Amino acid sequence: MSTATSARPLTAPSSHAPRAGGTPRRSRTRTRLELALLLAPGLVLFVGFVLVPIGVATFYSLYSWNGFGPLTDFVGLDNYVDAFSGDVFQGAIAHNLIIAALTIIVQLPLSISLALLLNRKLRGRTFLRMVVFAPYVLSEAVTAVIWLLMLQPGGFVDQVLRGAGLGWAVQQWLADPKIVLYSLFVVITWKYIGFGVILLLAGLQGIPAELREAAALDGASSWQATRHVVLPLLGPTIRVWIFLAVIGSLQLFDLVWIMTLGGPANASTTMATYLIDHGFKRYEFGFGSAVAVILFIICFTFALLYQRFALRRDTDGALTRAVN
Amino acid sequence: MRSVHKLSVALAAAATLVLAACSGSGGDASANGPVTLTWWHNRTTEPMKTIWQQIADDFHKTHQDVSFTIEPLQNEQFQTKMPLALQGNTPPDIFQQWGGGSLKSQLSSGKIADITQASSSWVGPLGQSAKGWQVDGKQYGVPYQMHAVGFWYRKDLFATAGVTSPPSTLDELNAAVAKLKAAKLVPIAVGGKDRWPDAFYFNYFAIRQCSVDALKKAVEKTELADPCFTKAGENLKTFLDTKPFQDGFVGTPAQQGAGSSAGMLANGQAAMELQGDWNPDVMQALSEDKQLDSKVGWFPFPSVPGGQGDPKAVLGGGDGFSCTSRAAKACADFLGYLVGEEVQKKLAATGSGLPVHPAAVASLKTETHKQIAEYTANAPHLQFYLDIAFPTNVGQALNDAIANFFAGQGGPDTIVQSVTKAAAGNK
Repeated sequence: MSTATSARPLTAPSSHAPRAGGTPRRSRTRTRLELALLLAPGLVLFVGFVLVPIGVATFYSLYSWNGFGPLTDFVGLDNYVDAFSGDVFQGAIAHNLIIAALTIIVQLPLSISLALLLNRKLRGRTFLRMVVFAPYVLSEAVTAVIWLLMLQPGGFVDQVLRGAGLGWAVQQWLADPKIVLYSLFVVITWKYIGFGVILLLAGLQGIPAELREAAALDGASSWQATRHVVLPLLGPTIRVWIFLAVIGSLQLFDLVWIMTLGGPANASTTMATYLIDHGFKRYEFGFGSAVAVILFIICFTFALLYQRFALRRDTDGALTRAVN
Repeated sequence: MRSVHKLSVALAAAATLVLAACSGSGGDASANGPVTLTWWHNRTTEPMKTIWQQIADDFHKTHQDVSFTIEPLQNEQFQTKMPLALQGNTPPDIFQQWGGGSLKSQLSSGKIADITQASSSWVGPLGQSAKGWQVDGKQYGVPYQMHAVGFWYRKDLFATAGVTSPPSTLDELNAAVAKLKAAKLVPIAVGGKDRWPDAFYFNYFAIRQCSVDALKKAVEKTELADPCFTKAGENLKTFLDTKPFQDGFVGTPAQQGAGSSAGMLANGQAAMELQGDWNPDVMQALSEDKQLDSKVGWFPFPSVPGGQGDPKAVLGGGDGFSCTSRAAKACADFLGYLVGEEVQKKLAATGSGLPVHPAAVASLKTETHKQIAEYTANAPHLQFYLDIAFPTNVGQALNDAIANFFAGQGGPDTIVQSVTKAAAGNK
């Protein structure tokens, strides 16, 4: 042990597999035919149900339109200006960003700790994993209704707190504009923590036990092995989780809509609830489309930047290299 | 949150359907041949779902050439489905219609049938109820049942607190609130989370403060410019300052679970709730108490001192149907059948609303409902809920402003301005 060289790399060897030997020369037409056959169905669906609707929504967003009758009232970018200049929409964007930030700051460490814990051999591990994952299986609507009832004044949550001698901590969880967003965040965490844990557990399974053993042989403490071996290898999984979590936070809708409708006094409005509330419930379909386009652009920009700067090393070779 | 990943995309996809459906116009069914009417109603639950089916079957027996394809949809679905359907080639022939401003918005599709002529022989008994389904004096649908808002109260809690009779003036209401509070009871429950219950209060303060003419003018011009509306907001503020509601009322749902405002009343946790005539059904679903009907009573919104409004005017609305032009004749005949005495008695017996035909009032199940029907029938003015009476965008903006006001944001002037702003097209 004492003679071990310090230069021994702790990270996994490069996983670049030798590229498959040159395939026998095939006619280009055949390759193209195969590509067309394989890609066509997906492409048709993608164009029909993703690209075209985005284009149409963008078109509608330039009109003031109540959904009935022809599009006649062209307003240019007014809908966008209206949206961005409104307090409520600005607040909605801020709420989405707060949720996204909290998700990364709170849920990520929590998910990693739980995953590390549940990755160890302990009694009842399968059961515990199931418990952690169970909320994720519930539908959004069911989760929202259950928590809506539990968070009412004098409801289950208040009773538990009082029973535990924490009566002073009782708040008007959904009625206080200063607290409601954080109450919602707790529910979001309860619901989605299982997803992060399962994802990270899968990532942990992919890390060979030999690496930990080798680190242990080299005298690394359990914490050092986790910090310098396991976590770096978990990087790709964590980066994917962050991507999904941020996109999910930006599009947060169901839970908020059922539990608070964005209230009280717009204290929990998100971009998506604003879209439905101000765009569609009010029969302002042009305006609603503009908000939808804004939401799309925000998510799309984030996705592109994140792919470019954070996910690139994980997807390198899989997505970024041309198919020859 | 992940289930809404494609929210914007899905909405846009729905929009595409509109575009695709825009071209071409619907074919006309021949006036006399057999016709199948597509009927979209909002009664997705029993017993009404079956009752509508039976009524359609009965109508078919006497009108062999008219058959039905019935599609029950939830209320929320109408909001998104109707614009799409009215843009398309095959809108439903009969569909749920709440009247007022949303009917007016739908008219611009050009697909809603004018049934003024077709209904002239049978619309008479409906009286002022039918007005909410008129635009510029033309009948574009009819209600099959009406609704009215008033105070539901617990007789037992009133007795506990020493409130001897239901309040008939605002002062008496305030006194009752004080007595109930002194008895450590929650005087009034309100479902502030859902916003529309808040709006009932502003609506009623406006009805009591403003003359019928001022109310009519407000709806006609889509504005709350008359000073009486600001005064109504001030009265509401004074009332809110007495803190008559339960803790955290801005987060309370109206109808979901025992902790909702209806649940609180049903379980004796609150003494009053300002709600529609539908409340007993909602309450019963949230309570085990089989004697509930005998424990709750009803009284109209009290008179407000100094107001120019009629103390007997009532706030309400109704459920109705409109016809689209394809099979307007058969549809109108069917609507005439729905508002006729026979069907009205059948509907009244379900207790799901107030009959539009006076002869059916006697068929109402409970004495309380008879009381409400009588009060509504004698009301000199039936004011449509303002959010329905105004164009949809304005009505929703008004409700939001009122809900914000309940949550402590803005004042009476903010409420008034919300209408002006929304009517001017500002978001």
